[in-house]
Amino acid sequence: MTNGATQAYSQKAFTQSLKKYYAFYTGGFVGFVVVLAIAEQMGMPNRWIGYCFLFATILLYAGIGVMSRTADVAEYYVAGRRVPALFNGMATGADWMSAASFIGMAGSLYLLGYDGLAFIMGWTGGYCLVALFLAPYLRKFGQFTIPDFLGARYGGHLPRIVGMCAAILCSFTYVVAQIYGVGIITTRFTGVDLQVGVFLGLAGILVCSFLGGMRAVTWTQVAQYIILIIAYMIPLVMLGMRHTGIPIPHVAYGYTLQKLTEREKQLANDPKELEVRGIYKNRADAADAKLKALPGSYAEEKGKVEKRLADARASNAAPAELKSAEDAVKAFPPGPDEAKAQWAKDKSGAMARTGPPRPHATPFPGKDEKARDIARKNFLALVFCLMVGTAALPHILMRYYTTPSVREARISVTWSLFFIFLLYFSAPALAVLVKYEIYNFVVGTPFSELPRWVANWHAVDRSLLNIVDINGDGIVQLAEIAIGGDIVVLATPEIAKLPYVISGLVAAGGLAAALSTADGLLLTIANALSHDLYYKMINPQASTKTRLTVAKMLLLVVAVLAASVAAQKPADILFLVSAAFSLAAAGFFPALTLGIFWKRANKWGATLGMLAGVGVTFYYMATTQPWLRSMFGVKATIAENTWWDINPISAGIFGVPLGFVVIIVVSLLTKAPDTEVQELVDHVRYPVLEGDIDTRGT
Amino acid sequence: MKLSQKHLDYWQKNLVITSVLVVIWFVVTYVIGFFAIDLQNVTFLGFPIAFYMGAQGSLIIYVAIIGFYARYMNRLDHEYGVQEGEEQ
Repeated sequence: MTNGATQAYSQKAFTQSLKKYYAFYTGGFVGFVVVLAIAEQMGMPNRWIGYCFLFATILLYAGIGVMSRTADVAEYYVAGRRVPALFNGMATGADWMSAASFIGMAGSLYLLGYDGLAFIMGWTGGYCLVALFLAPYLRKFGQFTIPDFLGARYGGHLPRIVGMCAAILCSFTYVVAQIYGVGIITTRFTGVDLQVGVFLGLAGILVCSFLGGMRAVTWTQVAQYIILIIAYMIPLVMLGMRHTGIPIPHVAYGYTLQKLTEREKQLANDPKELEVRGIYKNRADAADAKLKALPGSYAEEKGKVEKRLADARASNAAPAELKSAEDAVKAFPPGPDEAKAQWAKDKSGAMARTGPPRPHATPFPGKDEKARDIARKNFLALVFCLMVGTAALPHILMRYYTTPSVREARISVTWSLFFIFLLYFSAPALAVLVKYEIYNFVVGTPFSELPRWVANWHAVDRSLLNIVDINGDGIVQLAEIAIGGDIVVLATPEIAKLPYVISGLVAAGGLAAALSTADGLLLTIANALSHDLYYKMINPQASTKTRLTVAKMLLLVVAVLAASVAAQKPADILFLVSAAFSLAAAGFFPALTLGIFWKRANKWGATLGMLAGVGVTFYYMATTQPWLRSMFGVKATIAENTWWDINPISAGIFGVPLGFVVIIVVSLLTKAPDTEVQELVDHVRYPVLEGDIDTRGT
Repeated sequence: MKLSQKHLDYWQKNLVITSVLVVIWFVVTYVIGFFAIDLQNVTFLGFPIAFYMGAQGSLIIYVAIIGFYARYMNRLDHEYGVQEGEEQ
């Protein structure tokens, strides 16, 4: 008992000193931002501020990484199992919130309105499942990876291998998207090529995880969480002050939403708006006519652009007209097939802009009862997949191995969700405030008097913000604005008229979000390979030193592999991220929960259940998702392959129940697990048992 | 390792509280989500109630569910003598 008391005392002292360090660190960071703000007032150029943020934060993460270097296996894999609940909560928050959450989330909400809330609910509600079904039990089990649990609970290498492959499959698709995100942010703020940006970011990721594994990643993630939450809150609070007059916009934006809804109704029937939408309708019809008349229309259209150029040359037209005619010839599709693709794109692009604005607060808008019903079904299915996927992603579950006790693991999930909640409950507010700003202060303004932030972003990136005077009346109509979701977060500091230093801070926050998630994921993949494959299956006699060397080598290999895939700019990156959730949900959730709550579940049930769940999920995606269809050469139409109108992103809705059914049926048909396994199940169910077995990993 | 009746009671209680909390979680998420269209005219703090629940309400309830479970179980551990080591 004396030993226990000393341990408890040192843990308490450890927590105290951590609090001190991080309070000091937060103060230091705020001081750094203030110094930069003063430097900006004294004339420091924006580009230099961007560099300062980028290099100072990466240097900081590297410093923590070097300080946390370790040669101990338990430190490398699970941070020595002494991360206090509060800090594990922050680390999980950073691990969880990726570039997509930080930069993309508010943008999706801007574009989708109520329907985008599926992401908000899905990515927070999943923690209820983590807390109730998994975290405390996995902590009691206390080894290093999720396949460890599958291997011990179901016996033999087979469940472990299947679990390992599933872990690698979902983590790899996810990490590619993160590294790509790091590349984009680095590129935007330093002006280097995307390829260079990707590898620069990679260096930032590796400095922390390479030397210290989970230990370094944990302490870096806490530091990253602090940066990212400060960076998200400051612009939001300032913008909220502007519109609602109080510094907590969350409670007051309901009334802003009401005003926004009024404005939407007004804009829906505004004659000028109708005029612009009419022009788009004509363009869509024209593209449609050209498409229908193929292949004949190809030569005809080509003749038209060539004639225009010839006319322009003959009549000595103005240089602008000549240039535009030349461009039209150059841009003309080289063959009928390319023309078909191009015109189909033109048609759908124009069609998308012929409708009234999407009502922000209305759930499942649609043209009729049937369309609304399908939207609702998909909304609920998506929420389900994101929630169950959250409770099954190995890089999150792994974090609960790092707390000192079962008790702390339970508290730690509460802190995790609380820290995630801070950002997720702010994103919908940000979306509404920015939308209100654009609908009221950009729409209806003459082109000559646009707010400065609009002109700035218009110049930077047309894919984020593009406003063209379609009907030539010199006034901005809503239908003339094309917007990319990411601008909502990126431009908020400028909309709220904050100095550039805050924009730099937001970039640093986005970088922290992407780096922290990438770190956790890379570690998961490398650990699955080094621990589950190498140590547990290939060479169980390996010494500690060999194990760590192998782990670090694999980390490097996986990182370089993921970065090279990311540098190829893979097509549907957002789809890949969402796919990871459905795959993880179908692969892990049934096998893990039944392993804890149902003693009768056995090896064959779990193995076949995981395979069936992942299999059907993947099959459904491959037959209904355009990009995967083309990759696998699927011939049958999407409509023929669709089940109950469910979108491919929610394929887990089929995989999860099937996984449960297969595990239950196969387990009942085969032999019950032996007493050793029964004891293991009892072992994980009780925080302490007398005469207990010991499963802690070494 | 033999489980006493006390141990079985502990597990039983755990299952009950887990089920209750899962039901709350389900209602907050899916039942309200399903009836979102019908609830459109009910407002709270200026929000249509379904929007409020999706953007804030359900999130607050999720945090509460997890917080309550942690507290409840950590007490239950003591009550049934399955708690870990010293207080930290």
